[in-house]
Amino acid sequence: MPAAWVAALIGLADDHLILGHRLSEWCGHAPMLEEDLAMPNIALDLIGQARGLYTYAGDLEGAGRDEDALAFGRLERAYRNLLICELPNGDFAHTMLRQFYFASFMQLFWQETESSTDVTLEAIAAKAVKEAQYHRRHCAEWVIRLGDGTDESARRMAEAVTLLAPYTGEFFIADPEAGGAVEAGVLPDTKALQPAWQADIEQVFAAAKLVLPENVYAQKGGRSGLHTEAMGHLLAQLQFMQRSFPDMTW
Amino acid sequence: MDPEVPAVTVADLGILRAVDIDDQGRAIAKVTPTYSGCPAVLAIELAIEAALRQAGFDPVIERILAPAWTTDWITEEGREKLRAYGIAPPVAGSSSKRALFGEITVACPRCAATDTSKLSEFGSTACKAQYRCNACHEPFDYFKCI
Repeated sequence: MPAAWVAALIGLADDHLILGHRLSEWCGHAPMLEEDLAMPNIALDLIGQARGLYTYAGDLEGAGRDEDALAFGRLERAYRNLLICELPNGDFAHTMLRQFYFASFMQLFWQETESSTDVTLEAIAAKAVKEAQYHRRHCAEWVIRLGDGTDESARRMAEAVTLLAPYTGEFFIADPEAGGAVEAGVLPDTKALQPAWQADIEQVFAAAKLVLPENVYAQKGGRSGLHTEAMGHLLAQLQFMQRSFPDMTW
Repeated sequence: MDPEVPAVTVADLGILRAVDIDDQGRAIAKVTPTYSGCPAVLAIELAIEAALRQAGFDPVIERILAPAWTTDWITEEGREKLRAYGIAPPVAGSSSKRALFGEITVACPRCAATDTSKLSEFGSTACKAQYRCNACHEPFDYFKCI
């Protein structure tokens, strides 16, 4: 796999690291013990997937950057994650809906990557696809339970749908750094995943009595390093120890 | 021993794929991690290295990603040890996606009753879910299938 596609791999890894970090913020604050276990468990899977991708990207790049250098050693503009991954958690409904959107997308993404022409990505995908499916199912159940729940849970879930709507379009905007990789059959064409994603969301929304908004302006910028205000705050927390004590281990 | 399930060895779980001796006399241990985010991977690799060193070998740990680990690699002996430890082993041959998401019957590791219900899809570690036996009323861990 050519080093030219390293940036695309780093973007994919950033999605998982940043969203994994966001989810980990729920640890100790979830509305019930089971979810206090579930969300950090999902976060662990995401960060584990990020580690595999960072390590591979660093090897391909050949500049001596390891997973820690990539995760902790870059400035905000160098992170290429989708904006939806860095958004503040909001309430539990907001977090579950975001996770459902992401897991549904990644399930489709990894399914395609399982037949990647790159053997390492194929191996990462073979494991990650099962994890994404597990996350998708768990989060879809919550979307249904809350969307078709009490007046308050339905109101909060509907609010989350509105708030997150501008951030789902970025899933399907082709990554300019991934162009050659898509043509070479290394990474999937995300644009082609949109109909299946939308069908999955609509099927769950029908059971949850929610409506997917149409024709919403798609916020973008994450893949070119242009982030929301939330990103700097997130990185301050994520990078604090490595910035204060570079290369620290324990 | 697996640090998170200290009843089974890493060979029982299928994490340790092989140990080969190369022509320089080094012991090459091939390790396939379970879940992407399994925090025990490093501890497992260190333990394998220490065990090989103690046995007088010069160890090299090689991480193998493909093919991806599946619960089907857990040996029959490993499954029995899990059950004896109070963890329901993964339902046999169930790593296929259909079985993973279809209805499965998990037997209670204590009384063997099949009338059990799922409490939570996520348990004390990344590889387990929580169940309860409706016959003896004991909660128990179930080793998830992937």
